Amino acid sequence: MNDSTNTNPLTRMRGGYTSFSDSIHDRWATAPRWARWVVYLLLIVLAIALPADGIGSFMSPYTDWPTLLFFPIGGYILLAIGLNVVVGQAGMLDLGYVAFFAIGGYGMAVFGTKYGWSFWEILVVGVLLSALSGILLGAPTLRLRGDYLAIVTLGFGEIVRKTANNWNYIGGPNGIGGIPHPPTLTEWTIPDNGLFDAIGIGGVQPFKYGALDGKPYYYLMLVLIILAIVFVKRLEASRVGRAWASIREDEDAAELMGVPTFKFKLAAFAIGAAIGGAGGVMYASQAVSIIPTNFPFILSATILAAVVLGGSGNLPGVILGAFLVAWIPERIRGLQEYRVLVFGAVLVILMIFRPEGLLPSRRRKAELAEGEGGMGSMGAEVGGPVTVGAGEGVE
Amino acid sequence: MSETAAVPAEKKAGVPTLELRGITMRFGGVVAINDLNLTINEGEIFALIGPNGAGKTTVFNVVTGVYQPTEGQVVFQDSRIDGKKRFQVTKRGVARTFQNVRLFHNMSAMENVLVGADAHHRTGLAGAALGLPWHRREERDGRAKARELMEFVGIGHRMEETAKNLPYGDQRRLEIARALATDPKLLLLDEPAAGMNPTEKEELQGLIKRIRDTGRTVLLIEHDMSLIMGISDRIAVLDFGQKIAEGLPAEIQNNQRVIEAYLGVPADAS
Amino acid sequence: MNNLFSQFWPYTIDGLSLGAIYALVALGYTMVYGVLRLINFAHSEIFMIGTFAALGTLHLIGMPANVGGFALVGLVLLLAVAGGVASGGSAVILEYVAYRPLRRRGASRLAALISAIGASLFLQQLFARLVIPKAFGLPKEKGALPVQGHFAHKSDVIHIGSFELSNDKLIVIVGAVLMMIALDMFVNRTKLGRGIRATAQDPETAVLMGVNIDRIVTATFALGGAMAGVAAALYMLRFEETRFDVGFLLGIKAFTAAVLGGIGNLRGALVGGIVLGLIEMYGAAVFGSQWQDVVAFSVLVLVLMFRPTGLLGESLQQARA
Repeated sequence: MNDSTNTNPLTRMRGGYTSFSDSIHDRWATAPRWARWVVYLLLIVLAIALPADGIGSFMSPYTDWPTLLFFPIGGYILLAIGLNVVVGQAGMLDLGYVAFFAIGGYGMAVFGTKYGWSFWEILVVGVLLSALSGILLGAPTLRLRGDYLAIVTLGFGEIVRKTANNWNYIGGPNGIGGIPHPPTLTEWTIPDNGLFDAIGIGGVQPFKYGALDGKPYYYLMLVLIILAIVFVKRLEASRVGRAWASIREDEDAAELMGVPTFKFKLAAFAIGAAIGGAGGVMYASQAVSIIPTNFPFILSATILAAVVLGGSGNLPGVILGAFLVAWIPERIRGLQEYRVLVFGAVLVILMIFRPEGLLPSRRRKAELAEGEGGMGSMGAEVGGPVTVGAGEGVE
Repeated sequence: MSETAAVPAEKKAGVPTLELRGITMRFGGVVAINDLNLTINEGEIFALIGPNGAGKTTVFNVVTGVYQPTEGQVVFQDSRIDGKKRFQVTKRGVARTFQNVRLFHNMSAMENVLVGADAHHRTGLAGAALGLPWHRREERDGRAKARELMEFVGIGHRMEETAKNLPYGDQRRLEIARALATDPKLLLLDEPAAGMNPTEKEELQGLIKRIRDTGRTVLLIEHDMSLIMGISDRIAVLDFGQKIAEGLPAEIQNNQRVIEAYLGVPADAS
Repeated sequence: MNNLFSQFWPYTIDGLSLGAIYALVALGYTMVYGVLRLINFAHSEIFMIGTFAALGTLHLIGMPANVGGFALVGLVLLLAVAGGVASGGSAVILEYVAYRPLRRRGASRLAALISAIGASLFLQQLFARLVIPKAFGLPKEKGALPVQGHFAHKSDVIHIGSFELSNDKLIVIVGAVLMMIALDMFVNRTKLGRGIRATAQDPETAVLMGVNIDRIVTATFALGGAMAGVAAALYMLRFEETRFDVGFLLGIKAFTAAVLGGIGNLRGALVGGIVLGLIEMYGAAVFGSQWQDVVAFSVLVLVLMFRPTGLLGESLQQARA
């Protein structure tokens, strides 16, 4: 079908890029364990040094860089990791992901202001609460076909936002103010000497959560992100990840091979919700006040854009995608207003030319290109592979 | 049932492992299977044959829980499995392959087999996320088992290849390995020889026998008569959803109704 | 609850006219889903474009003051044509740009749905940022108040006890029902309609039988879009103001209506629309109008839980899950 386009220079360039990223994949897969640990360590050191002024002056000339790193950049990355479990791993489309972020955020606000709980307690409760709401929403709906699920989750996102808007107990349209910051763990200050100064973090109090300095929040977010990555990565390499992949590829065959598909889909949904909730708790603990309009549909779409742009299913890609989606509108002034317009166009263009995203996982790339994965191919395609629906498919 | 159906049961008085009792399967007005009774004994290779559209794959779908029979019962090792969820049927010890290969195409051969092996694994989310010892042991055992099975079916040299890149014959074998990984007592093979060349068919014949020799029962749908006659212990013939004959290969070969069904002559013309 | 009983008829009429609009928009979702198995997420923006086209026409011809009777019917007809052409045309363009390349490649439905979401965001923002950034209402005399409060002279056509039916609501209900009958006849009686049904049932076979899929898909989008455009004109008759995001909620609800009636089923769209409109207004009466949307979405979730193939079933195509 694409024979004629293979001679197109653009296609060849894309091919070159793909084989380059594939060779990195291969090298990474065969690298010895110690080499990987060195890379991990380097990345963490880099992440710790990231809020330094020197980097900030380039990355964010207009706004406070550490605060930006906390949210939207860090926040989006965390949310994208969570949504990726649902969309990228289990192949379900969730268009109301913001609901879980909102539940976490309101959890922090309500328990923090009305019951005086501390951030750490609420973090646990908020995560459990979001996971529970994910299960409550998922249990009746996850048996639906993929695109119905998308609409139901979209509806759920709207229900949550409208409910927040209508419910006076949680402030209605005015939201909740005076949300406490996390309690300071220690006043310990990073020594102001050579090494730390060199990477630009000397004199910072990384565990003192005040109103002004964004760095401690960023570090807290960083810890959460790393925990989420470790958690998700381990699942991916286990029978859980294999079950998700098999569901994505052929749900009926998976079920017939003994995979309790419903249970694993629900688990993916709950894990995604829990991570979204954690993001919400974090966000609210820094923001002091939240209102229902902090949680619009467009945020769900933005996080989805991040996941898809980066390469759904592949964590480094998803993180890159979230970073770009959060950072570019902040960096290029004036783009802010046209952000969503550009997102929309990018999503369409990406689906036409590179549905696998910037840094795809190899498996996912093949699925998206061939109309497998997630929801099968469109009905009246012209000369694509045929995928059949459930009942008739096994016949 | 009818006078033409031979009575072989007493010749091979085995223990029944799968019994279909009066199975009827209707789709709207269409009757795909009509009052089917079938008994498959432990340790035998049982072939289900019949013209296209006779309802053979529907039988597989009823047995594996894809369809709930409109009437009748499916009894596997003395307990009913109709109405059970598909993955539960698999856990009980019934596994299958598909007429048109349905592998997880973009996963490696190893991962495909591991999915089957996972059917009996217990690791939950916490175990996997924390990397607990039993999880690691399960993973290790699963891999060893998968490797062994892929050697067994003869694709040991392609374990890490992506499933869809395997040659067609190997994909069929991989599907068998994946099904075996669920530790089935009863293995259902849906046209395993379709699209294979004579050499591959011969190898397949050997493979099916070896599977039986490991103590499993095999129920297969096949069109290749020489393969069927070569390995089956017993054969049942379906036509228009009805069993028109059952017996030893030699009996089936000479059965008038079977010949008529295959040649398209109305069965009750005489 | 008292509210509902004391004002039963007004709520019912409002529900019916709202439901009629949902039903017309739902047709577009249902037809595209029937043929392509795609939720045309940008259909809500097709509707939005229709509202702008209808109001724009009104600006263009200058607003006749307070028309009533047959003149109003004629005016609505004109706006409906304008909306229908604009929406139908943009639906065809949308398909051509955002879906056809994916269809050609046999891309996954997930990819197509994401492309649809992208197109939806793009169109919405295009109007929000570039075309008409502010809310777009009736034509005004320079800097003054609107010429008259409404472009339609709203009057009660029927008035029996508490049962009142104003002319604008009557036009909305009757107009929507007429359009649906016309579409139903078109799909069931014409050659093109037969092609659409054949493709919905079995695209592979339809191709083998010589059906030109591209043409069918284009026709499906054009028809569905045109219905949304007519709905937009009727919507303007009732609400007289539009915005870039007017289609968002309405689109989701129209999709809900399509699912409610049985997606892929044209008559189901009518039933689903009317039922949803009524439930929503009765819900508003019982719980207060701020809960109207929550009621609508809860209905969606409940329906999908208990009757995933909708009230009338999915007739253009068998259920697939």
